Amino acid sequence: MAKKKFVVGCFDDEAALFPAVKKVRTVGYKIHDVYTPFAVHGLDHAMGLRETSLHTAGFIYGITGTTTALSCISWILTSDWPLNIGGKPHFALPAWIPITFELTVLFAAVGMVLTFCYLCQLAPFVKKHHFHPRATDDLFVMVIECTSKTNVDDLKGFLSNNGAVEVDVQVAEDGWWLGRYDKEEMPFEQKIVAA
Amino acid sequence: MSAIKEQFEIPSKMKTWSLALIAIGVLALIFGFVTKARGTEEEQAVFIGTLMYNTIFWTLVCNASMFFICATTLAMGGWPLAFRRVPEAISAMVPIFGTITAAILLYVVFADKHYIYHWLDTKAVAADEVLKGKSGFLNVKFFTIWTLLTIGLWSLLGWRMRQLSLEADDATVKENGSSYIWRNTVSAALFIIWFALTVGSTVPWLWLMSIDAHWYSTMYSWYTFASSFVSGMSLIALWVIYLKNKGYLEYASNEHLHDIGKFMFAFSIFWTYLWFSQYMLIWYSNQPEETIYFKHRVQGPYKGIFFLNLIINFICPLLILMKRSAKRNYTLMTFMAVLILFGHWLDFYQMVMGSISKAEVTLGWLDFGILSLFIGLMIYFVSRSLASKPLVSKYHPFLKESIIHHT
Repeated sequence: MAKKKFVVGCFDDEAALFPAVKKVRTVGYKIHDVYTPFAVHGLDHAMGLRETSLHTAGFIYGITGTTTALSCISWILTSDWPLNIGGKPHFALPAWIPITFELTVLFAAVGMVLTFCYLCQLAPFVKKHHFHPRATDDLFVMVIECTSKTNVDDLKGFLSNNGAVEVDVQVAEDGWWLGRYDKEEMPFEQKIVAA
Repeated sequence: MSAIKEQFEIPSKMKTWSLALIAIGVLALIFGFVTKARGTEEEQAVFIGTLMYNTIFWTLVCNASMFFICATTLAMGGWPLAFRRVPEAISAMVPIFGTITAAILLYVVFADKHYIYHWLDTKAVAADEVLKGKSGFLNVKFFTIWTLLTIGLWSLLGWRMRQLSLEADDATVKENGSSYIWRNTVSAALFIIWFALTVGSTVPWLWLMSIDAHWYSTMYSWYTFASSFVSGMSLIALWVIYLKNKGYLEYASNEHLHDIGKFMFAFSIFWTYLWFSQYMLIWYSNQPEETIYFKHRVQGPYKGIFFLNLIINFICPLLILMKRSAKRNYTLMTFMAVLILFGHWLDFYQMVMGSISKAEVTLGWLDFGILSLFIGLMIYFVSRSLASKPLVSKYHPFLKESIIHHT
């Protein structure tokens, strides 16, 4: 857990955000993250994020579900406890397909939700710093990580010139920590600590 | 905006190839006619059955293009506009293939070929409680009227949609865009209603399922529709890729191909869903009058084709088309489109011939010859239809939406 210095630029329009992201990357600043009120199409490409492997994980969870269902049912119904059901063979594959399908979907869905929560560090009692309360409302918040060489004033000016309506500097925890958002400290009421 | 190549010119190579395919097909047809059509009843049945499933398959596949256009029109979908002239050109095949279909089917019915349709045999029907109960639906008069009406209205309503699309080549459409969209919507809705009454329900029962006069499955029509729709999307994909490779359709990008690929992927799974639903219900209840359809398909001579069908049409699309990058790859998409078209052609083969020739699989030179005839005709007429008008409806109100489309 380390505190880092961030420059936070807020944009009030998607159209202003995209060129700004592009310019910030061209100049060479390191974008920590961009917080938006809604999913913005193509922003991941603009930020140069690599494609998520969540779907690969989903595929693996899916075939795990398929294998679990098939091996489990076939073991039960052919060797552990064979039953005569309507005179069908013990290995009655067609009858198992619906269950296999359901288990595939269940494993894939639950697995992907949990993986997603893990990747986004979402869990009860996991707390993260909120850079701007209006990121959940109407502002697109770009957070740039400062290094020892970053000239903060230059960067602030650079953001303002590129359409940021609000720029400030924050020193904040960049990871997560155990804690709660209790009534006294709701993210939308959080005071922005200027450094 | 730089100029685009909006007029398709048929390459001479394409014309040669399509004519060669037609020539092979005609040879096979003549040879089949000489050797089979005048032979025993079984041989005649195989000959007519081969013609039947090929012509019905290609009519339904080409008609699926018009269904795609109408469904996206009704959903106010603008994205297909970048390549919409392609399904339009394919759907222009419906009157041609439809005429062939009608001719063959009406020949079967009027020449009283009851080795194809058992319900044509009036003596057998009179002595058969089940067929007597079905005779309100399965009779010559209804079959004739419904077949002619079906093909006539598909052609007419499809023609209307294509005419409307031509209007968007004219700048005047810009001034009354909303009324233009409204007229499109109404025409598309009419087509969809008729499509639901025919492909969605009655026509596969009448044309294909009634070969097994006693057997019935309410799932059958949806199954046929799914088969024809996924093949239709594959055919569109092939033409779009071909035109892209020739430098046409500049506005159609990987995004559009991706969406076509999604349709191929999704409807392959939808097809399997119906395939399995039909199979499992019959397998589970195990009623002799229902299982008779699957008896020789699953345990008899058609076993290989039956399971190959499932591998080609389900396992392959599921595993190969699942990845995003596969749907954006020209080579893989071409391969899958050809595979899916072949797979569903094979599916139609076992649907029809599995009922006509129960004792042995007849797949051979005649089947591939007739297939080549239909492919040749399809390439020849679709390319002509594509060349007859611009490839992009320039002033369509939704064109911009299609150009900037991304998934």
